[in-house]
Amino acid sequence: MSHKTYEESKKAVVKGLFLLGFVTLIEVFISLFGKGHIIPGINDIAWIAYPVGFIIAILSIYKAYFIIYEFMHMAYEVKGLALTVLLPTSLLIWALFAFFQEGTAWKARREFVKEKNAKTVEPLKGKQGYFEDTSLLRL
Amino acid sequence: METTENVLHQHSENHGGSWEGAAAPFNISYGKLMMWYFLLSDAFTFAGFLIAYGALRFSSPSWPVPDFVFSTAPFGIHDAPLIFVTIMSFLLIISSVTMVRAVQEGHRENKKGVVFWMFLTIIGGAGFLSCQAWEWTNLIGKENMTVTTNPFGSHVDAGTYLDEKGNATGETFKAGASYLLHKSEEGGHGEGHTEGHHAMAKGDHPNAFVDNDGFIHKKFKVTSGPAAGQVQMEEFGPKAFGALFFFITGFHGFHVLSGVAFLLIIMINVASGVYASRKNGYEMVEKIGLYWHFVDLVWVFVFLVFYLF
Repeated sequence: MSHKTYEESKKAVVKGLFLLGFVTLIEVFISLFGKGHIIPGINDIAWIAYPVGFIIAILSIYKAYFIIYEFMHMAYEVKGLALTVLLPTSLLIWALFAFFQEGTAWKARREFVKEKNAKTVEPLKGKQGYFEDTSLLRL
Repeated sequence: METTENVLHQHSENHGGSWEGAAAPFNISYGKLMMWYFLLSDAFTFAGFLIAYGALRFSSPSWPVPDFVFSTAPFGIHDAPLIFVTIMSFLLIISSVTMVRAVQEGHRENKKGVVFWMFLTIIGGAGFLSCQAWEWTNLIGKENMTVTTNPFGSHVDAGTYLDEKGNATGETFKAGASYLLHKSEEGGHGEGHTEGHHAMAKGDHPNAFVDNDGFIHKKFKVTSGPAAGQVQMEEFGPKAFGALFFFITGFHGFHVLSGVAFLLIIMINVASGVYASRKNGYEMVEKIGLYWHFVDLVWVFVFLVFYLF
């Protein structure tokens, strides 16, 4: 905060405290709203979890941005430094999509195996296998 | 900060130039740059843990709901979803803010100010650790959750609980409703989850099954979905939940603990005048400050993933 005076930066700190506290309270409120604690029954709506999850994720990213840029002074560092830290982190966006996709696939595969295991198969009668198959070829 | 820059500047002027290794890359001291890169690597470790949590949660047909699991607080408060962890979050935010003040006082070479604000930061960190200790004690001691056992489950279908004779009672639940398996022997089960079952013999009962570890699996009749009409019993929740919870919050708590230890050491050094003689604007305080803000930053995401989603 080299460009600010001492008094200004003291004020900025108090502002940061209220900002982070306020955003956290909003997050908790929205999360509880999505779980039906504010208005009972709202959690029965199947799609409600998606906008709620999206909003609290955005608010958390905003908190992270504020902590990195103001409290950790990234805003006052050379741009190159910010890039060497933030660009590798952006690889995690790929990891998020890839592994959540992976998790969903595990679930689908497990359900598929369960479904197949539950099925009963009638044992075949008569001649089977190679002998039967070749006889069908009518050589 | 100004003093740091001046020192670096003079340094680079005295020597040949950038290619002589004299100028500081990115206009920042070696120590601070390396702290940034350490934090970057640490961020990847935490991200790996949290993404693993996400993948396992997506792969599981049911998952304990956080507002049910984390609804107790000290002094007998229960059915207060997320209140206690919100207080924990505030403790970390406040200690982060006091850390910023300590760094600012360091730039002004105000020794007393640095010690004062660092001391408040340590109090905040210690407070957070105490809260986490209480949370873990409650989960392990009262609610019987361990790394390998997760008594928090949730129903896949709607249903009705059975009474002592095996008949359906009026006690119904919806699909996705959460439950906690209680232990039969002890009178004190999880605070806030008191539901009757005090002592039941091990084995099969018309209304419940008590396993060898004493966990009571209540029986119910399914009323929706493909299994409608069947009698089932409450099973343990996904094992991964307990393991992930203790490993991830434990890893974060370990960061807080080591942060408090380093803050304490640096505060003592500040008080004894070690950094004042370096005349670099208390750069060591700045470095531990970066680490401490990072601990707060990680908590933002641990809080999001474990408690809010």
